[in-house]
Amino acid sequence: MSSAAEKATADGGGLLEVTDLIKHFPIKSGVLVNRQVGAVRAVDGVSFGVKEGETLGLVGESGCGKSTLARSILQLLKPTSGSVRFRGTELTELGRRELRPLRREMQMIFQDPYASLNPRKRVGQIVGDPLKLHGLASGKELDRRVQDLLERVGLSAEHIKRFPHEFSGGQRQRIGVARALSLEPKMIIADEPVSALDVSIQAQIVNLLEDLQDEFGLTYVFVAHDLGVVRHVSDRIAVMYLGKIVEIGPAEEVYSNPIHPYTVSLLSAVPIPDPRLNASREQVVLEGDVPSPANPPEACRFHTRCPRATDICSEVEPPLVNYGNDHWAACHHPVGREQRAPAAPAAQTA
Amino acid sequence: MSTDTLSSAPGVGGPGKGPLLEVDDLRVSFRTEDGMVQAVDGVSFDVKPGEVLAVVGESGCGKSVTAMTLMGLTRGPNAQISGTAQLGETELIGADDSALREVRGERLAMIFQDPMTSMNPVYKVGDQISEQILAHRDLSKAEAKQRSIELLKAVGIPGAEERIDNYPHEFSGGMRQRAMIAMGLSLEPPMLIADEPTTALDVTIQAQILRLLKQLNTERGLAVILITHDLGVVADIADRVMVMYAGRVVETGTLDQIFYEPQHPYTWGLLGSIMRLDRPRGARLAQIKGQPPSLIEPPEGCHFRPRCPHAFSRCTEKPELAQRSGSPGHLDRCWLSGEQKKTLRTLESGDIGLEDAAA
Repeated sequence: MSSAAEKATADGGGLLEVTDLIKHFPIKSGVLVNRQVGAVRAVDGVSFGVKEGETLGLVGESGCGKSTLARSILQLLKPTSGSVRFRGTELTELGRRELRPLRREMQMIFQDPYASLNPRKRVGQIVGDPLKLHGLASGKELDRRVQDLLERVGLSAEHIKRFPHEFSGGQRQRIGVARALSLEPKMIIADEPVSALDVSIQAQIVNLLEDLQDEFGLTYVFVAHDLGVVRHVSDRIAVMYLGKIVEIGPAEEVYSNPIHPYTVSLLSAVPIPDPRLNASREQVVLEGDVPSPANPPEACRFHTRCPRATDICSEVEPPLVNYGNDHWAACHHPVGREQRAPAAPAAQTA
Repeated sequence: MSTDTLSSAPGVGGPGKGPLLEVDDLRVSFRTEDGMVQAVDGVSFDVKPGEVLAVVGESGCGKSVTAMTLMGLTRGPNAQISGTAQLGETELIGADDSALREVRGERLAMIFQDPMTSMNPVYKVGDQISEQILAHRDLSKAEAKQRSIELLKAVGIPGAEERIDNYPHEFSGGMRQRAMIAMGLSLEPPMLIADEPTTALDVTIQAQILRLLKQLNTERGLAVILITHDLGVVADIADRVMVMYAGRVVETGTLDQIFYEPQHPYTWGLLGSIMRLDRPRGARLAQIKGQPPSLIEPPEGCHFRPRCPHAFSRCTEKPELAQRSGSPGHLDRCWLSGEQKKTLRTLESGDIGLEDAAA
């Protein structure tokens, strides 16, 4: 937690500020006394900020805590500790009732378009209910707004009376987008919004999300494991590994000059759909699997799989350091550091 | 019998020999409550020894049904299957159960997409691998176990001697997929069908599995039919590519032909839809409008016609898969002239893609 204050300033603040956010899930054991024997450290001290109108991409492999982080920001999961400030308001201290007006400004799009729509409700209800619940529209006005929303996401008014099962995956995801838009939010957290869809449909949904961002000035936190998708949509990118952000910076920077060895291997693992280019580049293939977040490795969590690891990596946890250009990474052996001197020398005593 | 797992498999011919598998006019349809679903509509292809053939397409295009039909897994009272599939001397379509049992595992093996559900959770991993060996080979249980350990080692599972007694839930996703591959290789078949083998895996694990498949392909001459929707994976590993759409092969050619001189608008659309890692955040994606058609009542003529911005009057007539404007061996199903294809597939940005009808 020592470097929390510094990390928070990494982005100059903005619409959303997350500081030292921790979410641990208790592991319990025992029949009568439900005693806690451990914790899954899903999110373990994460700090970042999101500016208004930008898209922050959050990437990492399954189990790295990216979905938990998304849900903890929205207070769908109560964080264990840490702070989440949305437009200056501290969310973690608010109760259910106090959160409600703020929820209008932060909405979510979910991964699975089959599981995130109530199968027994008609599309009109699914999209219109948020408006009704927040008392923003009723009667004729409600119908008109629902119709507008559906048309905006590429569906038509005739779909209002239909049930979710009558739609394809891509259309369902459009319904999910319309529902998220209905309250005219400032920020949308999209948790793997295209990973369940086919390539051609993915492109449609990504184009739609970008159009909506231009039109309504939306801010996105875009969670995905597909680095191609994240690169396409993001202004800035945060790379997570086992509950921690290991690298964060402008998208171009992170992709063209990755600093953390994990980012390097993640980028190199993705095959490029261009046979000649693919054959000519050098691939770093990581050995082994991601360790369990219930028992993460000491110090740098990546040291068990890292090709550059030395003794210090298992003894001292590397802090996030600014390498200039708002490009931060947490590594003792940064890639290409020989050429680049850290703009802010690591003054922390971790 | 050789117990050396990395020796080249018996029955594998050198390159230059005739095809290992020849499929001709394969048709599979299923009777459903809503009508006849024509899942596979006249698919023909061949696979040569030691070749990696990638089958690409979106969900519902018939790529998995084609593969499962070869293994005899789509048979049922509501299924109608016609056409031929020659694996060496054996005809797979219509083969009886005992003939299929000779083929499965021995000459043609399959691994599935979801390593979480394709193993039996109540049996030890080692027993599941040994089972196939014991059924096909005259070996003792101890010998079969020894062989299973060697197989697990060959696919890169550390501590195979102990791991053999684990249950599937004790394996991670990547390890399960490795174990599935070990199972597929246990009888040293010359050909493996891999149905989306890396889709359920993380990218770093995907890279490990692809490297393993490549290694098996080069070291043992294993022919692979790789079914995938990921063109990146195709570019990484395939020798030849077959693009499927709505039950038909719309284009087939070598890796370079498909990626650098695609002939069919659907292939252009697929290539244009990919969000590439090596490209900066740029313009809108060249998306394909609409969605794949229902296979109960597919559109007349070219199946891609309703989504194609370049469709013209002739497209209501069914185009056959033939050598049209592509270089030798590059077949497609599109009526456009070679000149048109060349100009239409290039977008303003210079990339290949399908013109956005909305733009």
